[in-house]
Amino acid sequence: MTNLDPYKTRADFPILHQDINGKPLVYFDNGASSQKPKVVIDAVSNYYSKSHANVHRGVHTLSQEATNMYEDARRKLKTFVNARFEEEIVFTSGTTQSINLLAFSIGEKYIQKGDEILITEMEHHSNIVPWQMLCERKGATLKVAPIFDNGELNVDAFKQLLSYKTKLAAFIHVSNTLGTVNPVKELINACNANGTKVFIDGAQSAPHLKIDVQDLNCDFYAFSGHKLCGPTGIGIIYGRKDLLEEMPPYQGGGEMIKTVTFEKTTYNELPHKFEAGTPNIAGVIGLGVAIDYINNLGLLNIEKYENELLQYATKQLIENIPEIKIYGNAKHKASLISFLIGNHHPYDVGALLDQMGIAVRTGHHCTEPLMSRYGIPGTIRASFSFYNTKEEIDKMISGLQKALNILS
Amino acid sequence: MDINSIQDEIVEEFTLFEDWLDKYEHIINLGKELTELDTSHRVDENLVKGCQSQVWLNANHNKGKLLFEADSDALITKGLIALLIRVLSNNSSKEIMDAELYFIDKIGLGNHLSPNRANGLASMVKKIKTYAIAYSAINN
Repeated sequence: MTNLDPYKTRADFPILHQDINGKPLVYFDNGASSQKPKVVIDAVSNYYSKSHANVHRGVHTLSQEATNMYEDARRKLKTFVNARFEEEIVFTSGTTQSINLLAFSIGEKYIQKGDEILITEMEHHSNIVPWQMLCERKGATLKVAPIFDNGELNVDAFKQLLSYKTKLAAFIHVSNTLGTVNPVKELINACNANGTKVFIDGAQSAPHLKIDVQDLNCDFYAFSGHKLCGPTGIGIIYGRKDLLEEMPPYQGGGEMIKTVTFEKTTYNELPHKFEAGTPNIAGVIGLGVAIDYINNLGLLNIEKYENELLQYATKQLIENIPEIKIYGNAKHKASLISFLIGNHHPYDVGALLDQMGIAVRTGHHCTEPLMSRYGIPGTIRASFSFYNTKEEIDKMISGLQKALNILS
Repeated sequence: MDINSIQDEIVEEFTLFEDWLDKYEHIINLGKELTELDTSHRVDENLVKGCQSQVWLNANHNKGKLLFEADSDALITKGLIALLIRVLSNNSSKEIMDAELYFIDKIGLGNHLSPNRANGLASMVKKIKTYAIAYSAINN
């Protein structure tokens, strides 16, 4: 048992206390986006009510106050991922923008014709398409490390694909479709030994696992705030300072410049070089408060409790739902379950669960190549958070039984 | 019966169902009863790709009327297709072009027809309308 009382934490989330289609909401779509505690909602609202002004260049009090709040949040993020310097934290709109920023900037600096970029078969489209675009731009090649049927990465194959041509490896920490927790440290070590720069897509890991970029020894790491109890439209990319300094900016505009003339512009220092335009100030402040909230609960507590939910749900599904097939049975797994039941279409099952107030995700989860690998159009995915309960899992099980009765 | 009369008839039919369970059971049964689309028509050219469920739509014409048959890999989608075909098939291109589909909202299933449901239904309606426009352009 853990120190986390889900019934107590649930009280912090206003959205969870409502009926959907006449039934109490069971929210199992945390992999897509988590809900927000009242402290985060209040922080955003209070910021706009009392402290809003544009950041960084203002001499007036409100601007300075907004700047302080904004930069305080950066320091919280620095501690959260254990970066060496706060300027290693660049605010973006989310993981997707983080990857696009990186693909552009690192691409301009380091990727040339004939180079290779290594990803894995379980990547989210966001960690495939920007690299494909970069490869097309530069005449580089995208290499894909395969997975095993149980959803684990074929680590040997990954290592064999590393060559003198591999300039960058980009892979997911936790698979959003299979739940697999990749052995990132081992993979990063292999990349470092090969002189390959490494980016980790932490969209699914940040809300559930402790991240330490110094211990991991990766070059880049990104995640989104909205999966971490923060607002939408805000995320970060962590980058090693020396690399960020060498890389050209992603977008041009205000905030990111030192001096501008029509002949030549010099760029601002880190991290502002990568934060062109007025940033999502409210989002940053909200994310800072979300980090406080998560820290308060304790990521180790969260990990332990969510694992309890995962084990319970897996057992209940296998015992009570005949013909269930779970996709993703890695030894080390995060708290989500992808499954299919007999020949039933995920859409039908998801639509019926929705009628019972149970929110799951159905479809390909933005991992079409992974779905093709398993030869399926999609799955039903239930993804749990620390505010979910075993009682809710029981509701999902009886909801599934009811749905199957209707469909059969 | 014209398009709106059929829509009204369906709305009337659905007032019989008191809870969502009966309503969905009825839709699923309609899907099961829908005439199977001949495999020769279940081809990529006829595929209306949704993000989640897929729809195959085959169109024909006879004496100025447009005829549609369709299929889907998901049962709820298939049931709603059966209703859409009942409403739209066997009408003139003008009637189809002018048709305003209100019955799905009225029976409380509008969310399935919204484009973000990604089940191919919204695209299917669009394709039927496009077909009607094309048919009328060729024949005028």
